Amino acid sequence: MSTLSIQNLSTRNLSDVTFDVHQGECVCIHGESGSGKTLLLRAIADLDPSEGSVLLDRQERNTISAHDWRRQVTFLPAESHWWHESVSAHFTSKVPQFKDLDLNPEIIDWQINRLSTGERQRLSLLRALDHQPTFLLMDETTANLDEENTLRVEKFIRQKLEQGLGIIWVSHSQQQRLRMADHAWKIHDNTLIEE
Amino acid sequence: MELISLSPFDLSLAAILVVLLGALSWSLQLGIEKTLFIAAIRSVIQLTLLGMVLQQVFSQTSLPLIGLITLVMLVVAGYEVMARQTRRFSGWWGMGIGTSSMFISSFSIGILAVTTIVNVDPWYTPQYFIPLLGMLLGNTMNGIAISLNNLTRITYDQRGQIEARLMQGHHWHQAILPVRREALKSGLIPIINSMTTAGIVSLPGMMTGQILAGSPPAEAANYQILILFLIAAGTGLGSLTAVWFGSARLFDDRQRLRLERLRKT
Repeated sequence: MSTLSIQNLSTRNLSDVTFDVHQGECVCIHGESGSGKTLLLRAIADLDPSEGSVLLDRQERNTISAHDWRRQVTFLPAESHWWHESVSAHFTSKVPQFKDLDLNPEIIDWQINRLSTGERQRLSLLRALDHQPTFLLMDETTANLDEENTLRVEKFIRQKLEQGLGIIWVSHSQQQRLRMADHAWKIHDNTLIEE
Repeated sequence: MELISLSPFDLSLAAILVVLLGALSWSLQLGIEKTLFIAAIRSVIQLTLLGMVLQQVFSQTSLPLIGLITLVMLVVAGYEVMARQTRRFSGWWGMGIGTSSMFISSFSIGILAVTTIVNVDPWYTPQYFIPLLGMLLGNTMNGIAISLNNLTRITYDQRGQIEARLMQGHHWHQAILPVRREALKSGLIPIINSMTTAGIVSLPGMMTGQILAGSPPAEAANYQILILFLIAAGTGLGSLTAVWFGSARLFDDRQRLRLERLRKT
């Protein structure tokens, strides 16, 4: 079983963040707006410079090339961006699990500009899982979704957890944290404390 | 054919046209009369000085002197490239990328031309080397300025997409490839266009000058073809180098996009 270890990680507005996430485990994080939740996830995915160390199965991330690291520890941002015009060009797998997220299977043939915000958000979740990461760092993934779709995403994520995905989920919704979290952390006074 | 000298009177007739254009701009409130006026004055002073300096330089072949002159040309061109950027690299990179790319391309192509194609002895004979290098630098400068400007502008505008690819585990080469391609293309389009229309729509400036000065048109055409090829090679090599170094500077050793290395001017 893989473990993602964050040790004394410091970002622009957080210092000495230390915690572990195991495969199949969901760690939820919340904190006030501007407290550095997104920056923390970005730092773990090595998208911004940070201090301290992050290890995957005791292996320092600096010993793994950056793009390989991000394939294993993938950040899913709140706002999705698309670099090709068609949906299909963003996927390598033939049949992403559209139905599980209540997406029309024909969506694969669509152009990106035809998608609604909610569709983009759900689709970006499937895209992030396309290369089968070991850990997924989710930033307010259900923020633009209605109740029904939010629960659907949670059910889908529960499946993935059972299949061994490890998750760090930044969510402002207390109900969601209660439903999903194995461990819950809170950002307080520029550091992470257990709730 | 005899060389017809231009008198100051002839030149002032041409200058009246520029003055008229300025007057037109003023009366229509287009607001370009001031820049136009400064540019016209600059071209008169710079070209007159150049004519006088070249007359002195052509009468001797001193390598250090020619080296110094070409260095001045390079630095001015490098500054010009930097000045035309909306978002330039901060620190020494701002001027360094453009200048070094121009040095690599213009000097290598220029020296190659005088040593193997035109076969001048010694290769730095100023009558050949200086005008050739000037032509190369001028065109490479435009290509590099456009390419670099587009590289930084498009990267800034598409930062979301580029980072999304990095998050997806793409190598930074892959993430920046569309931008590199676009930037390079934009820098090369002017020379590709001028090769395409040369002789049909436009008579290139150098060839016009040579013919007006009395050279046989067939000779002038040969020189023009040589120059176009050299410019194309120089601009291509220069833009490629600049886009390569520039895009590498936009990422760090952990393949992170580092836009804070740019500053808006």
